[in-house]
Amino acid sequence: MHESAGYSGSAALSVDQAPPILVPFRFFLTAPLFGTFAALLLLFLGPAAWASRWSAGILAATHLMALGFLTMVMMGALLQMLPVVAGAPVARAHQVSALVHPMLVMGTLALAWDFLSGGTRVMAAALALLGSAFIVFIAAITASLLRARAAAATVRGMRLSVAALPLTVVLGMSLAVIRTWHVALPFATLVTLHLAWGLGGWVGLLVIGVGIQVVPMFQTTPPYPRIVAENLTPMIFSALLGWSLLRVLAGHAAPDSAGAFIFLAALGYALYAVITLALQRRKRRRIPDITVRFWRTGMVSLLACALCGLSVLWPGGRSPMPIQLTWGILAIVGFGVSVVSGMLYKIVPFLVWLHLSARPDGRGRLSNMKQIISVRHANIQFWLHLASILLLCGAALAPGWLARPAAAVFACLNLLLGLNLAGAWRLYRGLVSGSARS
Amino acid sequence: MTNSICLLLSTDHQRCDELFTAAENAVHDHHWDIAGANFQAFLRAARRHFDVEEGILFPAFEQQTGILSGPTQIMRREHAQMRELFDDLESGLGAQDRDRFLGTSETVLVLLQQHNLKEEQILYPMADRALAAGVPQLLQRMREHGVA
Repeated sequence: MHESAGYSGSAALSVDQAPPILVPFRFFLTAPLFGTFAALLLLFLGPAAWASRWSAGILAATHLMALGFLTMVMMGALLQMLPVVAGAPVARAHQVSALVHPMLVMGTLALAWDFLSGGTRVMAAALALLGSAFIVFIAAITASLLRARAAAATVRGMRLSVAALPLTVVLGMSLAVIRTWHVALPFATLVTLHLAWGLGGWVGLLVIGVGIQVVPMFQTTPPYPRIVAENLTPMIFSALLGWSLLRVLAGHAAPDSAGAFIFLAALGYALYAVITLALQRRKRRRIPDITVRFWRTGMVSLLACALCGLSVLWPGGRSPMPIQLTWGILAIVGFGVSVVSGMLYKIVPFLVWLHLSARPDGRGRLSNMKQIISVRHANIQFWLHLASILLLCGAALAPGWLARPAAAVFACLNLLLGLNLAGAWRLYRGLVSGSARS
Repeated sequence: MTNSICLLLSTDHQRCDELFTAAENAVHDHHWDIAGANFQAFLRAARRHFDVEEGILFPAFEQQTGILSGPTQIMRREHAQMRELFDDLESGLGAQDRDRFLGTSETVLVLLQQHNLKEEQILYPMADRALAAGVPQLLQRMREHGVA
């Protein structure tokens, strides 16, 4: 029949085609290292770093987290999840991951070094590495997302999130050029746009797009209301776009209409957080689940962030520095790191099991997820995470007292996350090489 | 589409999910009798679902589209993986070993959910389109085997 030619295309055959385990794992295993770098940096710099969100230490730590932790995991997760969620595997996922990962690692380190060393030394290298990493990644993911035909709401969220990524990158690169080579462009406006598209676009829209699909599935909640699932990510994206255009065209001259757009975006995020928390209260499964805890923490932070964000992003508004810093902590650590960690605790043990069970000799050796990452270690890591969010917010208000304790706890949580993930990886390697010898 | 393969089998997924969660909750609460009853009900429902897919839907799909080594093959492989894990769960339940049961049920939950997702988002809609005129008769046969 006529249509059958279409079914034999790649989308039809893509229901499985999970990429090799190292494709996502090299990203997942690296993220806690960057979290640790950020924490050690804040520990070393102490209260001085917290004087302003523009301090070299805060800029470096922010980018170590946003690129080295959040973007790192999100890239690995997208490469892994596209075949399952969207029915569209990324072509040459292995090569893409092997190429993008080292460039992202080196580019992020170079960027942080440039911030810390006062600029110009390695910025050109950082820009070249990060720019190349993003070009390859965005091209590969876009090609796959254009072919995707499944799961309308989730694929739409992914597409909008990936559309926000080049905007964030171009804005970030413009800022780097302005800062390093003193080009006359409106710095403050571009910073706000960079922040909004990075956190509110790339990170936030991916979380919503994927969450709409996976929260009901893995956290056994009722589904999201259809009207929300279908319209939330396009609404937030349009609001960000409308606001950006007004900011670029009118600068601070059009505060009222720009304010309405940013209010709409914040409202969208608040709505998502409230609905997710309400759905989690109605979950069918009563077994304590570390992923649910991390997501709940993420949603409470997101809600706080949406409220706090209005005061930070409001055009012409100048909120006090501690509030601005708190907003960044809630967005990156409270929201971003929480949902990413929750996802890692679900996906990492499953991938270890999946890839072991695919080997004829490894089959049946490990069916119990709790043997892969200990529940106790995951729980300790969760409580450290919760403590570090509170301490970091405290450090924004009283850096003299809390800057170093907060950084120390944050380092511990990242180390423990790293150990938990590395333990799963060691177990996998051990079983694979053990079965190869026998 | 009110009367589609997608709707019928997605609804059956939900029924299986609910029985599975009920069994997990009962094991969590140390209610082994309730857990046993729910788990057996789940096993019957899940095995019937797999059998109907492998015996009725997949062959019809393969015959219509000519795709033999595509999604249906992957779904069969995942069914086999799940059947093995169901055996593990059953022996955990028999030994009243809570940690073993809940550790394995975590694996099953993720495997089952990602499997259902691929079927509901990709395979069923493809089957509905490909089999078009044959769908009502296929639905009838599946209902006769107890999927409703």
